[in-house]
Amino acid sequence: MSEIPGDLKFLKSHEWARLEDDGLVRVGISEHAQSQLGDLVYVELPGVGDMVQIGSACAVVESVKAASDVYTPVSGTVVEVNDALSDKPETINEDAYGEGWIFAVKPSNPEDMEALLDPDAYAELLDEEDAH
Amino acid sequence: MTEMTVLNPVHRALGAKMVDFGGWDMPISYGSQIEEHHAVRRDAGMFDVSHMTVVDLRGVRAREFLRQLLANSVDKLKVSGKALYTCMLNPAGGVIDDLIVYFLDESHFRLVVNAATRDTDLAWIRQHAALFGVQVEHHPELAMIAVQGPNARSKASSLWPAELAARALALKPFSATREGALFIARTGYTGEDGFEITLPGTDATALWRRLRGAGVQPCGLGARDTLRLEAGMNLYGQDMDASTTPFEAGLAWTVSLDEGRDFIGRAVLERQQREGAPRQMIGLVLDEKGVLRHGQSVHTAQGAGEILSGTFAPTLGKAVAFARVPAGDTGTVSVDIRGRQLAVRVVKYPFVRNGQACAGVSLAIAAAC
Repeated sequence: MSEIPGDLKFLKSHEWARLEDDGLVRVGISEHAQSQLGDLVYVELPGVGDMVQIGSACAVVESVKAASDVYTPVSGTVVEVNDALSDKPETINEDAYGEGWIFAVKPSNPEDMEALLDPDAYAELLDEEDAH
Repeated sequence: MTEMTVLNPVHRALGAKMVDFGGWDMPISYGSQIEEHHAVRRDAGMFDVSHMTVVDLRGVRAREFLRQLLANSVDKLKVSGKALYTCMLNPAGGVIDDLIVYFLDESHFRLVVNAATRDTDLAWIRQHAALFGVQVEHHPELAMIAVQGPNARSKASSLWPAELAARALALKPFSATREGALFIARTGYTGEDGFEITLPGTDATALWRRLRGAGVQPCGLGARDTLRLEAGMNLYGQDMDASTTPFEAGLAWTVSLDEGRDFIGRAVLERQQREGAPRQMIGLVLDEKGVLRHGQSVHTAQGAGEILSGTFAPTLGKAVAFARVPAGDTGTVSVDIRGRQLAVRVVKYPFVRNGQACAGVSLAIAAAC
């Protein structure tokens, strides 16, 4: 498994969140999640302006094998979506932590980030899943 | 208990992602499932299908037994090596399994049946074979490798001695030749040309390695599923089962109501042929973005049905599916995907044959199938 970037936080359901300098939180799915799903063929994006609640499903990623909800790690307003994924959903397979971001939220409650898993805790969670 | 084919260590060494498939630990892909799919459509790929069950039937009344056991007519098999695709039905006309039967000689036929239904099938076959004095030999020691794609036959036959290679290349579709325990059939489950090669398990790893050396791409069950669905082929347990007749599963072409042959399930099929089956299987294409999947509900002018097999079709770049819906004119059809009703087109399948989209499947001009 590749290194997890140190500036990311995670939900147990394998979404990542990155707090950026401008205060936006960018969201995607983890390297582990894309690898489990396999080749992605479709991404259903939220709408810009949507109000989202922490832990609610607001996007869907579909691979050949399965459809999976994407939960938002923070509450707030969706301010950007990655439209490029509509034509190239495989970008998530190729660069889950970079070009494969899915949406960005202007958080309504900055403390939401503190409740998320840090990279070490997330790596530990993956080890536990592997053990089962 | 999980079962493993003799090639299991080879898959693991290749880094395959393994899944449970009907009690078997099998590779779903070795990397990208879509690339494996394209390898079969464009060049050559191979699948470990050693979980399939090989059954030899021996006895002078073998043909007579199969006339009763199978819904298709073994009387179509006249030349040694010829194969036939057929269903095996229960008395209610429900499909116990679909299988391929090979005619080898008058006292030797070979069946290849599904892995997930092995125990039920063997019990059913043995029960009826006993009445005809036919011996039922299950061959778990045999392995099977399917080599499929436009270049599959030339790549595979390059590994064989000249005489055998010539014989294999001369095979007509749906027929087989033997060389000792090596059994080469020009059959498959992908909509492409190719061979299904049955051989002793002890020889399987060597053949797999030599095929790799000849440039054949290892492919997992993920690609096998998208290839067979594009090719319009049913999957037992998903597209039909013991509560479905062949007429309700798009398999009328495999039923032979030939005169005087009293096969198991015939009475129900004759009634359905007279009165019409209550349900039908249709092919669907979704032109919008999204993926059709097993279990989604389907709305037609005649009422509701559901998606049986559904997937993203890599050759077409859009989703296709089989659905079972009430009989009659379907009218405008839609599918419920996460609460949204998306319009789908009803099309004739196969969706893809020999690498090309079939007429009516793509909106653009396509090959006739």
